[in-house]
Amino acid sequence: MKRQELEFSVNGAPVQTWAAPDQRLVDLLRDTLGLTGTKEGCGEGECGACTVLVDGLAVNACLYPCLEVAGKEVTTVEGLATGAGQLSVIQRAFVDQGGVQCGYCTPGMVLSAKALLDENPSPDERQIREALVGNLCRCTGYTQIVAAVRAAAADLEVDHG
Amino acid sequence: MAEQPRSRYIGSAAPRPDGPDKAAGRTRYIHDMSRPGMLYGKVKFSEHAHARIVDIDTSAAERLPGVRAVITARNTPEVRFGFLRDNMVLKGDKVRQFRDEVAAVAATDPDIAAEAVELIRVEYEPLPGVFDPVEAMADGAPLVHDTDPRGRPLTSNRMELSYSHNSGDLAAGRAASAHVVQGDFSTPVIQQSCMGTAGCIAEFDGQQNLTIWAKTQIPFLAQRDFNQALAAMGLRGKNARVVVPALGGGFGSGLDTHAYEYIAILLAHRTGAAVKVVYSREEEFACLSPRQSARTRVVQGCDAGGRLTFREVEVLQDNGAYTSWGATFPTVMLIPATSLYRVPNISFTATLAYTNNTYCQAMRGYGNPEVTWAIESNLDELAEAAGMDPLELRLRNVNEPGETTPMGLKVTTCGLKECLEGVGEGLGWGEQEKETNNKKQITKNGFGKSRGFGVASLVHVGGSGRIYRSDASGIILKLDDFANVNVSYGGVEMGQGLHSVLTLGLADALGVRPEQVHINRSDTATCPWDVGTHASRGAFVALNAALMAAEKVRDRIFAFARENLPGMLAKQLRKAQKKDPDYRAPEFDLAAAADPDRYRLQDGALRLDGAPDEPWLTMELGSLLRAMHFRQGGEMLTVEAFYDPPNELPNWAVGRGNMSATYAYGTQGVEVEVDQETGEVKILNLVAVHDVGKVLNQQTLEGQTYGALAQGLGYALHEEVLMEGGRILNPSFRDYKIPTAVEMGFPIKLEFIETDDPAGPFGAKGVGEPGLVPTAPAIANAIYDAVGVRIRHLPITPEKVLAALDAKNEA
Repeated sequence: MKRQELEFSVNGAPVQTWAAPDQRLVDLLRDTLGLTGTKEGCGEGECGACTVLVDGLAVNACLYPCLEVAGKEVTTVEGLATGAGQLSVIQRAFVDQGGVQCGYCTPGMVLSAKALLDENPSPDERQIREALVGNLCRCTGYTQIVAAVRAAAADLEVDHG
Repeated sequence: MAEQPRSRYIGSAAPRPDGPDKAAGRTRYIHDMSRPGMLYGKVKFSEHAHARIVDIDTSAAERLPGVRAVITARNTPEVRFGFLRDNMVLKGDKVRQFRDEVAAVAATDPDIAAEAVELIRVEYEPLPGVFDPVEAMADGAPLVHDTDPRGRPLTSNRMELSYSHNSGDLAAGRAASAHVVQGDFSTPVIQQSCMGTAGCIAEFDGQQNLTIWAKTQIPFLAQRDFNQALAAMGLRGKNARVVVPALGGGFGSGLDTHAYEYIAILLAHRTGAAVKVVYSREEEFACLSPRQSARTRVVQGCDAGGRLTFREVEVLQDNGAYTSWGATFPTVMLIPATSLYRVPNISFTATLAYTNNTYCQAMRGYGNPEVTWAIESNLDELAEAAGMDPLELRLRNVNEPGETTPMGLKVTTCGLKECLEGVGEGLGWGEQEKETNNKKQITKNGFGKSRGFGVASLVHVGGSGRIYRSDASGIILKLDDFANVNVSYGGVEMGQGLHSVLTLGLADALGVRPEQVHINRSDTATCPWDVGTHASRGAFVALNAALMAAEKVRDRIFAFARENLPGMLAKQLRKAQKKDPDYRAPEFDLAAAADPDRYRLQDGALRLDGAPDEPWLTMELGSLLRAMHFRQGGEMLTVEAFYDPPNELPNWAVGRGNMSATYAYGTQGVEVEVDQETGEVKILNLVAVHDVGKVLNQQTLEGQTYGALAQGLGYALHEEVLMEGGRILNPSFRDYKIPTAVEMGFPIKLEFIETDDPAGPFGAKGVGEPGLVPTAPAIANAIYDAVGVRIRHLPITPEKVLAALDAKNEA
């Protein structure tokens, strides 16, 4: 299929590139832009490892046709840290609460958590678990991930309050 | 030694050192790696479960632009692999399972490789297949293998591997029994379901040596396997260097080498380019070896006082078409069969059969959950027959420190009693039960929801497990001029937290800060040998090796300090006085600095016990190391240690031998609610109490246990690889459900019993696998308590519960 020009923004920086209409956002991010923090776990929207934010909404980048990001803002895990060794509040909470094991699901988990907390700054446990239902993890059993989201919510509240 | 390591960091809940990179998306898995000029490999799999290969036409694939190589058994050397070497990388004469590799391509991009594979035409002559281990062993069943790997004709699918154990006097045990119960149980094939799929990159250098970045848990056994492959390829004497990138989970899937790795090697050799093969999720489900299934018959008896009198365990396993290390599951099944609770008279046999199903491999727990499922479910049947409380029956037969079990396992420390009591207390066993019984009466014959309680325990290797002629593990510590401790360790961090506890343990053992410890990637070229990260052994062997190496480091530092520290401190004092002429040093005899008994190396500085707290009396480790280095005839501190645990390779013919240096115990209890209308089982409450020897890192230990519980819950209630005629029917997360955050949304209480094992580093036992072993039987026992139906075949789906309820109501 013929490639088309595509302009959008990734992690606050403008991107100008060419992409085929059947190209998936996950491949554009990983292969074209080198943003390998976004993982592919299943290719069919079942595991959430490829979760990124498009205009603030969590989407599965493996199902998302990349031309649809034209003119939009995409946030990947690389866009969260504020500098070398400077993790975002949510990322820091994942580390501090033990929400990270093999780490393969972590970027997607972190972005789903961000989408949740942007929408609902003080979710209860049930809301957290429901927000993460599309993100599979085989290592942690989720307990410490849920604790991380709860801790992040508390920290963000302090930051904003 | 001046002092034993103190637990300053061990036992804390310090966040893991690899956490920040993983949370930032900076960690590189095999999926994220590439090499200049790299090609993409793709495998053509069989379209039949059992068929003769008549012809393979690769011409169209070869003509496709971008294709660099197409290989089949006909244009490559024969490379055999597998535990019994009964598997061939590319199949030439026949296929024996749906996922058999018949051809492979290397192309300039993954899409072209996938298109090329589609263009390969294979002509088959289908053969009758056999898909059930019992049918496979019947007379006249189609043979999966006509010959063994040496070419000797085979007459049966029954494998020559067999495992048995007999001890005591079974007849006498039966005769002494007041109650005897028997049950048939089974566990399904399940998938490890690593979030990062399998993959590798293979590349030859100009000298024809191979480097392979492999998703493996056994870099050194893989090196041996790959070197054998190189020899088969005409490259005898060339070396395979195995480098392990970050693993997106392991769970046993990396305990064997795989056909796709050899295919990448063959393609890389053919093309002269680096070749990457990564499985899609569908390939991972359909073409990577899952966990072995098992059918287990168990018979147990007890006397009138509830003391166990005998136990018979008979296991049948569907091996699938080829043999992996997973065929040695019975070596671990022997542990619960002979040693879970005190049982004087034991019989155990395990039989394996070839079938045309997908061949299976290891997964976390390695045979233990399969047999514990049967034993612990059946024990509740025995308790009922004896009219005893299930928890009381277990307490009456509990293992104790100092005993030697029928298998010859030497129980050094054992917290099983505390585990059982802890679960009883955590669940409110007894009290709550009375209350629940009232609720039960209300709902018993209706369609309401009914609650019940269940417990189950486990015993597992806790001090590594010798199933290979060496059970050792080596480590190299390289200290540099800046007091960095660079660690080369060959075991694999796959998410479990090995590097976390190794960092904390080395910080304590050496007397440095955790930030000074840097652990290198596992690499056969730079790390000493390690048998593999299996059997919950990672932390146990790594830290024992680390403690040995750390002692050597300290001995050398202290030997140097004995000669040189008084002078160095005197120099520091002169510096301090020069800087501040008014400084008055306290009275202190520097002769003490020559006395290693007074050395206290902690947080990267050497201090003297009893010395005044003056900066000049503190010697930074870096200063000491530089002083050792920069002098005539100087030295660098690079130290190695090789730890081989004090355990035995059992005699498998009789099933005896102390295979582990210590054993881990645990008990789990659950409260469930069963919906009698839908058959759905809801976990209301779970308590897990485990004897871990010593908590090394509270946070990673909890993580290991929570994660294992989730896998135990999946095994109990959800997971099963469905097969029909050898074809896998549910190769996706849509149709194969692992627990989500919602399914795990019930209260879990963890408790760790510290038994301070003498063989354990800092007293610790292995913890990786135990957490998933007793989960399923605890749940099944609770379901029985709730609604009076015994589910014997995992997973416990609502359909099975409903069918059992219907059968019970009809009866």
